[in-house]
Amino acid sequence: MRVDETTVRRIARLARIKISNEEAKGLEAELSGILNWVEQLDEVDTLAVEPMTRVVPIELKKRTDVINDGDIADDVVKNAPMVEDHYFVVPKVVE
Amino acid sequence: MTELTKLTIAEARDKLRKKDVSATELTRAFIDAIEAGNPALNAFVLPTPELALAQAKESDKRLKSGDTRPLEGLPLGNKDLFCTAGVRTTACSKILDDFTPTYESTVGANLWNAGAIMLGKLNCDEFAMGSSNETSAFGPVVSPWRRKGKSDKLVPGGSSGGSSAAVAADLCLGATATDTGGSIRQPAALTGTVGIKPTYGRCSRWGIVAFASSLDQAGPLAKTVRDAAIMLRAMASHDPKDSTSVETPVPDYEAALSQGVKGLRVGVPKEYRVEGMSKEIDKLWQEGIAWLKAAGATIHDISLPHTKYALPAYYIVAPAEASSNLARYDGVRYGLRVPGEDLIDTYENTRAAGFGKEVRRRILIGTYVLSAGYYDAYYLKAQKVRTLIKRDFDEAWKSVDVVLTPTTPSPAFGFGEKTGDPIAMYLEDIFTVTVNMAGLPGISVPAGLSREGTPLGLQLIGKPFDEGTLFRAAQAIEDAAGRFVVPERWWEAGGQPASASAPAKSANAKKSDGKSKAGSKPNERA
Repeated sequence: MRVDETTVRRIARLARIKISNEEAKGLEAELSGILNWVEQLDEVDTLAVEPMTRVVPIELKKRTDVINDGDIADDVVKNAPMVEDHYFVVPKVVE
Repeated sequence: MTELTKLTIAEARDKLRKKDVSATELTRAFIDAIEAGNPALNAFVLPTPELALAQAKESDKRLKSGDTRPLEGLPLGNKDLFCTAGVRTTACSKILDDFTPTYESTVGANLWNAGAIMLGKLNCDEFAMGSSNETSAFGPVVSPWRRKGKSDKLVPGGSSGGSSAAVAADLCLGATATDTGGSIRQPAALTGTVGIKPTYGRCSRWGIVAFASSLDQAGPLAKTVRDAAIMLRAMASHDPKDSTSVETPVPDYEAALSQGVKGLRVGVPKEYRVEGMSKEIDKLWQEGIAWLKAAGATIHDISLPHTKYALPAYYIVAPAEASSNLARYDGVRYGLRVPGEDLIDTYENTRAAGFGKEVRRRILIGTYVLSAGYYDAYYLKAQKVRTLIKRDFDEAWKSVDVVLTPTTPSPAFGFGEKTGDPIAMYLEDIFTVTVNMAGLPGISVPAGLSREGTPLGLQLIGKPFDEGTLFRAAQAIEDAAGRFVVPERWWEAGGQPASASAPAKSANAKKSDGKSKAGSKPNERA
């Protein structure tokens, strides 16, 4: 699989990472290299194989639907770069 | 330097209980050792001496009153991937900035509740992505090991390179570590230490910065097999806060060590004899086989046919899960924020500035393989290959109890030797990664030295939740091979700093003790 510059830019946009023109060129080769390398998996016949969804065969645990945590708004916003009262402050989203 | 730091966990525990030494004396010896040795090694990114001494005081009280807990007074290091209440936690990334959790990881809490003392936070590859500790925002860790007659810097392995270097250099008795593709076992092999990745679900992942959730497991790095057994028993637990943690009793691994390996069936997989494997690794493997045989085990040739596909499948699954896990670093709720024109621009600026090169590379690969139209071809395919890898082991367990392989394809390498080629670095994990893909336990135990005089390790792989057998088999190898300690303690003499600004950084970090926001910053150091 050859990853071109347009694809690199599209992926970077999806991943919300800004990349420079120079970086995009470097990543083109790097990502192509890695994707070519993983393509050896095509040799493996997986037609009748189920994908692995868990490593140990355990039932997903359930708990009673009760509040067992909370009232820690101070803790929740403690590490935020910008806070007002108990709100996270972000650039204006809606005009 | 004091002899106290050279003790093993088992020896220190005996001395504390016999009152030959106090927890405070022992802790001070390590604080001094860190102060003297860390500028050259860069193993700790944040020493916490005040916190350690406070914990030691409590331990001394309990040792006196007889209310002694299992790890009472034993000073340990804690990988900076484990959240620590009130102490800065960075995953060695700029993006977490001076994030200071208000909670403790379950594994950490288990250790401190058992009486262990935290000496500080240990360096690692950024978000545990790396095999040489060279991707850390705090700069690389220098291995205490050197090639015979040489002084060029070697890597301590990764991602738990701070843990492996600190244990090998006697800056702590033992350390926490995490393993997603080999990050406990590979650094253990490269530094002559013992490291075990337990079965997926044995240790809680709660409070550990997530990399690839279906692969991540915590485990100890220690000087001996016995020490690793002591630590794992304390770290492991069922935790309702991690739905993948398993409700199964944690046995007394230490008590089982003396049971030996008589009659144990050891499998030797032919697929691990890879192209380009060095002769000395092959020789080491043969020695390991001979040692286990001499101790009463039987040796069986086995086949794990899908071994070669584990690494490429891993480099789909791990980046995919990482790209999803790391989506949370958006500059809004915690960590770094680099403002932009609007919200999306802020996200993009923050993530470009906060993530290092390897992390960005993996997020992009992960985003690509999960993107519309590619999911089936990559992620689903890799998860199917994973089923086949697990099936290989299920088949093997019908005829053997453990599997013996080398831990790494080659001994420790120098700084920068593999950084230019991502795939060359990824190949470091070729023998360890299958274990994560199948969710099995694996231990690396030191078994010899390379021609260059640097350590080499052997890996034992076990059945799910059969860590006890792994410890027993590892003990047999340790008994035969002996322990490997660094011959020359050059870092104690105020050796060359790991990088130019390292000493200043450590001093800062020490002063702040991680409690204020004024601690050392990972910035300008990548």
